[in-house]
Amino acid sequence: MTDADFAFLAGLLRERSGLVIGPDKTYLLEARLSAIMRVHGFKGLEELAAALRMIRSESLIVQVVDAMTTNETSFFRDHAPFEKFRLSVLPALLKARAGQNRLRIWSAACSTGQEPYSLAMLLREQAALLAGWRIEIVATDLSERVLERARSRTYSTFEVQRGMPVHLLIKYFEQVGGDWRLKSEVGDMVEFRPCNLLGDLRGMGSFDLVFCRNVLIYFDQPTKRTVLSAIGRQMAGDGYLMLGGSESMYGVSDAFADVAGLRGVYRRADARPVSIFTPGGTAAPELAAARATIP
Amino acid sequence: MTIPDIGYPRLCLVVDDSTTVRRIAGGMFRDLGYIVAESASGRQALEMCREVTPDVILLDWNMPVMDGITCLVTLRAMDLAPQPKVILCTTENTLEKIGIAMTAGADEYIMKPFDREILRDKLIQLGLEAVEEEAA
Repeated sequence: MTDADFAFLAGLLRERSGLVIGPDKTYLLEARLSAIMRVHGFKGLEELAAALRMIRSESLIVQVVDAMTTNETSFFRDHAPFEKFRLSVLPALLKARAGQNRLRIWSAACSTGQEPYSLAMLLREQAALLAGWRIEIVATDLSERVLERARSRTYSTFEVQRGMPVHLLIKYFEQVGGDWRLKSEVGDMVEFRPCNLLGDLRGMGSFDLVFCRNVLIYFDQPTKRTVLSAIGRQMAGDGYLMLGGSESMYGVSDAFADVAGLRGVYRRADARPVSIFTPGGTAAPELAAARATIP
Repeated sequence: MTIPDIGYPRLCLVVDDSTTVRRIAGGMFRDLGYIVAESASGRQALEMCREVTPDVILLDWNMPVMDGITCLVTLRAMDLAPQPKVILCTTENTLEKIGIAMTAGADEYIMKPFDREILRDKLIQLGLEAVEEEAA
């Protein structure tokens, strides 16, 4: 593939999805696009690039972007963020929103739906705490194809075993042939919408919690900064943002400040300080004070 | 969740009449730092548990001599402190069968085929493995 072809494909991906592919990642293009090239009868990336140049076919572009953007996900992926949500962030939000009894949660780049559905199950398990609350979970992704799958609420035996305890499988899924379908009591809690994080996010409304995990890693620094600012504008002043385990705000954006003792959890830099429970880590001020009085 | 450091490798017992499954599953446990014992039947597994209680048992359902559910029910009636964690690991993949296994005293359930990610996830859920972020 010529440098020009590479630059063209990389430029297209960047423009459409924010995905940054360096020249050392040509193999990634070849590996991920081989199925599309086979289907359309292109002999290589050169032919694919030529076709995209000559006829800017929207459907082909969408297929290419879909194939290149990683859709790796699982229920309760990485476990720890969901524990942080359950033990620290959720109690803090319930306290902050008592009276309004309303929570809006955004799962950004939700892929095939495992993350928002995990949040829905987790909240369902806290039903006693949430009686009378109105909870909205909005889940978005760039790809209509993955949203279609997410809306089907149907997962393979392999997928439902990844990260999900069996007691939740028994409780919230029904068996359909060889697959598993989420029951409507959980499925109905999530609303799926297409959304490009690089686009205009203002129509999304304001959220108390944003899960945006393992997305920023695919963007370059300026894009990360832009996306984080845009997300920050859709967050309540005292809301929370959760990033992936390998992602950091350090050197990227000063719009957010991390929550001490809760790695990967952020609040807007202009948010007022709040006491939050952090298991095994630094205690909330009031907890620290209580401990100090114990001999 | 903090994982108690018990100061020595955990012991796992893989119970399956297929040598292939024992070899592959045993390898996954060894990669996670476990000492692995193997058994081809429920009856032999119970005898082994009387000698030394494993931390976790990966237990097949359909086996000659003694099946996994009979083994599990007998195990749960044994005077062991603490009782081992038991993960049923089987081709039985219906809600009804999962329900039977959980009622019989299983802690977790794996439907074959599975991979090391699924096994590790189940061990995390049982508090036997740390999540990566905390291990770092």
